[in-house]
Amino acid sequence: MTRRRLARAGYNAAAVLVLLVTLFPIYWMVATGFKRGADILSFDPRWLPIPGTLENFRSAVGKPHFLQDVRNSILVVIATIVISLALAFLAALAAARFRFSGRALLVVMLIVVQMVPLEALIIPIYLMLDRAGQTDRLAGIVVTYMTFVLPFAIWTLRGFIVNIPEELEEAAMVDGCTRAGAFRRILFPLVAPGLVATAVFSFILVWNDYLIAYVLLRSPEKQTLGIWLASFTTNHGTEWGAVMAGSTLFAIPAVVFFLLVQRRVVSGLTAGAVKG
Amino acid sequence: MRAVETRPPSSRRRAAAPPERPPAPRRPGARARRLRPLVPYALLAPALLVLAAILGFPLYRLVSLSFQQYGLKELFAGRGTFIGLRNYQDILTDPFFWTVVARTLVFATVAVGLTMVLGTLVALLLRNLARPMRVLVTAGLVAAWAMPTLTAISIWQWMFDFEFGVVNWLLTRLGAESFQQHNWFDQPLQGFTVIMIVVVWGALPFVAITLHAGLTQVPAELEEAARVDGAGAWQVFRHITLPVMKPIFLILATLSTIWDFKVFTQIWVLLNQRPSREYFLLGIWSYSESFGVTRYGKGAAIAVVMVILLMLVTSFYVRQMLRAVGP
Repeated sequence: MTRRRLARAGYNAAAVLVLLVTLFPIYWMVATGFKRGADILSFDPRWLPIPGTLENFRSAVGKPHFLQDVRNSILVVIATIVISLALAFLAALAAARFRFSGRALLVVMLIVVQMVPLEALIIPIYLMLDRAGQTDRLAGIVVTYMTFVLPFAIWTLRGFIVNIPEELEEAAMVDGCTRAGAFRRILFPLVAPGLVATAVFSFILVWNDYLIAYVLLRSPEKQTLGIWLASFTTNHGTEWGAVMAGSTLFAIPAVVFFLLVQRRVVSGLTAGAVKG
Repeated sequence: MRAVETRPPSSRRRAAAPPERPPAPRRPGARARRLRPLVPYALLAPALLVLAAILGFPLYRLVSLSFQQYGLKELFAGRGTFIGLRNYQDILTDPFFWTVVARTLVFATVAVGLTMVLGTLVALLLRNLARPMRVLVTAGLVAAWAMPTLTAISIWQWMFDFEFGVVNWLLTRLGAESFQQHNWFDQPLQGFTVIMIVVVWGALPFVAITLHAGLTQVPAELEEAARVDGAGAWQVFRHITLPVMKPIFLILATLSTIWDFKVFTQIWVLLNQRPSREYFLLGIWSYSESFGVTRYGKGAAIAVVMVILLMLVTSFYVRQMLRAVGP
């Protein structure tokens, strides 16, 4: 009995430690964002942002080109996701629902392709886009994002489709539905949440990018939010208040979207990976 | 069944014909049946064509670049000069190359090891917690997981700030007087510790939550039976839990290896976009050869070596994974 209680106390202590390690950095970011300058630059940390100020947020948003960067980011993300998902859905349907020669090869290719690091491909991609006059263009960056969003989306959607019992469509076909009709009326509504989840996860992948935007986008009015954020961490004598306020703002869309689909993505990723 | 359809030897068709004589009204026509094997290829074609253009061609270009002299002059002319294996010769005879390779391997190994071990521990911990605490810890993990990489980098950069960082304050408080005004990036080993923390902090929640989800699939009766038979906690884990979880472990290890092997942004941004050579991993080196000193050919050669190394390291996992996926 006491031994069990001891074990419980140990587990709870470990849990508190995990909570501290995961949550404190996030709390510290938000708190610093709301602190006054003097409270940020104090040798003994001020644990609470009281009295608070919005000055840091104002200065982060007031950086040149902020609104332009927001617009660029939204444009790039939407274009990448819409094009990738449309293509990926058809391909995933083929990979999950049809038997055809070359199918095993396709699955292997999808895995291998995701292993090729973009850090390696950025050199030829940059040179290609440079020759085509598409560096520093949003179209160029959309194409580059598709190199990793598209394989990822095919792979994830395939996982979602595989998990929907084929018998449902077969039943519809027995009842006189055509194959296309069964896809449209049975499969599509069932896979729609999977499509949303894949879209949101693709959003996060793109939102997280730094390298591609950094290499491809040179002029300040073409940049995306990631560059905006990294731009004020560089200079020495960093304004930590503004950096933390900017980081908070940058994290909000990612966190909101992420919370919407997190549960589904865990099951989708692993199920897609272990089921044939 | 389709094998019969696609291979129409006339005798067999005649034999199969009678039962099909009364034409059911909704049966697809002969034309549709002939086209059916093409459907999957038609569905795949758009995605594969795009992938060939945006992924296949750059891959080919990467390899061909690595055999070329390609600098600023060639960039303006738009074509490189073929120089055979010179770029590779340059790299492989450079002792710095071997340092960077070793450094990359050690970094990736430690990062993957830490992520997997800590992730497993947290997943097992989650299973042993009472419900409210478990929900709380999961929420914390999800919050950390949701943080974009760039956000995580700035947070840790601020916490490790040499003057007003909370880490230096804490270490000083704990009795290590020397941490006041301590700059973590003066020494590569300490700098890499910070980089490692950022990388592992970002990857751990995904691994822990996925493993926890996988643990629920381990039959409780099996573990119970082993325990009744006198197996200790470690033995239960080793002989019951681990085999059941093997596919998930393999996937997570593969993904982590891929991520940690090519780590770039964390180092680049933490070191204010100009890391010194002591901080070069393969990805950073390839980048700075190409875009820093505009030797794209040599940069491409380094990138090719990086891809090959990554393939070698992960081929073991991938083979295991394919066995799990089946034909």
